[in-house]
Amino acid sequence: MSTTAETTETATKGFGGVQARSGAAINASRISIRNLEFFYGDNRALKGIDFEIPDRQVTGMIGPSGCGKSTLLRVLNRMYSLYPGQRATGEVLLDGENVIAPDADLNALRAKVGMVFQKPTPFPMTIYENIAFGIRLHEKLSKSQMDERIEWALTRAAIWDEVKDRLDASALGLSGGQQQRLCIARTIAVRPEVILFDEPTSALDPISTLKIEELIDELKRDFTLVIVTHNMQQAARCADQVAFFYLGELIEVAPAVQMFTAPKHAKTQEYITGRFG
Amino acid sequence: MSQAATADTPHPAATRRSRGNVGDIVFEGACRGAAVLVLILLGAIIVELFLAGLPAFRAFGLPFVWSTDWDPVQEVFGAGVSIYGTVVTAVLAIVLAVPLAFGIAFYLTELAPPWLRRPVGTAIELLAAVPSIIYGMWGFFVIAPAFAQYIQPTIIDTVGELPLVGFLFQGAPFGTGIFTAAFILAIMILPFIAATMRDVFEQVPPVYKESAYGLGATTWEVMRSVVLPYTRVSVVGGIMLGLGRALGETMAVTFVIGNANRISTSLFGPGNTIASLVALEFGESEAGSLKFASLLALGFILFVLSFLVLAASRYLLRSRLKA
Repeated sequence: MSTTAETTETATKGFGGVQARSGAAINASRISIRNLEFFYGDNRALKGIDFEIPDRQVTGMIGPSGCGKSTLLRVLNRMYSLYPGQRATGEVLLDGENVIAPDADLNALRAKVGMVFQKPTPFPMTIYENIAFGIRLHEKLSKSQMDERIEWALTRAAIWDEVKDRLDASALGLSGGQQQRLCIARTIAVRPEVILFDEPTSALDPISTLKIEELIDELKRDFTLVIVTHNMQQAARCADQVAFFYLGELIEVAPAVQMFTAPKHAKTQEYITGRFG
Repeated sequence: MSQAATADTPHPAATRRSRGNVGDIVFEGACRGAAVLVLILLGAIIVELFLAGLPAFRAFGLPFVWSTDWDPVQEVFGAGVSIYGTVVTAVLAIVLAVPLAFGIAFYLTELAPPWLRRPVGTAIELLAAVPSIIYGMWGFFVIAPAFAQYIQPTIIDTVGELPLVGFLFQGAPFGTGIFTAAFILAIMILPFIAATMRDVFEQVPPVYKESAYGLGATTWEVMRSVVLPYTRVSVVGGIMLGLGRALGETMAVTFVIGNANRISTSLFGPGNTIASLVALEFGESEAGSLKFASLLALGFILFVLSFLVLAASRYLLRSRLKA
């Protein structure tokens, strides 16, 4: 929708009116992706991806549908391994270990790399049990430790005040936004190092979206966050580093400010200004 | 419709509309009739069975339900033995079939390689297409001798020696009996339960399973904590489907149950079920006789039993979380 008159402004305002957060330096790398290729059967969905995900910052992954950004997310916690015919080659290093090695311990990996999905996915149990479920998979806690951990997780996910009086109620009775924060709490409760967000607000109303974004901003103090989003504003608001994917290739990765004010690649500029996508 | 078509209306559009109305009314009426017919049929069967069995209830009173007598010569009849046999064989069949069905469904949905899923799934469904008389003959000529020779002696010598449960597995290894009937029933209801479980397991949205896997759950933990709670209603529904079939199954049971009117403490002992008793004795009973009425009363009881099974399942399935 942008006109040539608008593009002259973009030097100061950012392309397509997207206002990026003022730039902080990009932290040291937490996850290193080296020459990653991904295949759905014979179809190559990711082509020679190389990039670094900085520790305790937010990496936004953007790009048109089918560009491979969600696929990359599902490589980071090996979710693809659930499906026969999907495989990855290359290296994804987390704490010096190759995540996509065939002998990687998937349960341990997924405790370390949590994931929040596009739609809220509360389990059909009570609010308390939803959080306790993930914890019990990995730790044996006493009742009081468990209560404490659950309160901590729910507080960190900014939902404690809304649910503290009805922890024994079904999680299915919460609103969509609350369910999504519950899912974030469930992920945090396992105390992961990395949290992956797959379009976490695309099913939510603007107010719930805002709460989730604030939460993401808060969580990056302790966790390394990766967020896939279709929403350029969201990427600009939340991310420290932004990666742009197109047709399975990583076109450009840069600090958010630079990405939205002075992208190096013509394709990135076209996408950000809304010329395709 | 013909009335509407020939109606003297100035606007063609009005004609079309009124024709449509009549069509709607006829269609709605036909559908409603079809639905009501089911209720009428159901009601008629219950009432007819009850009325025809009434002489037996009059003659023996409520004790008919638990009396273990069945003496055609002295015309003393009771339903106790056959009710016991019906319930025990059906429940035992469920106990045997459910774990197996769960294993099959679990394997087919979560573990089996894709190329194996279709053939095994189809084989399971074909099992349901085998006529029950075949199971009866197979049970009588193959399973019962095999049980008599190998399986029952082994169980009697091992489990039969245990305290508390041992008495269930004692006595002579006849081959036929309650246990064999339950075994055959288990095979017969297996495809229904397995196919239902597989279908409902497949309907769980992948994203819920991924959420649990994403927390680091193992396949079994995902099954137990996500898939089963999600499909609980349908799984129990599938089990009830099998139970209903097991309660009413006649031919295969008649072949292998031993057809003796007594309750033995051992599961290897002979017995009978409502269905097998009715099948065996109906031809020998005179219309209007007390025996005839007793058999129809048994039919009524079987009907009520099946009804109770369904009602109980619905009651149990009121989801705690759906408040």
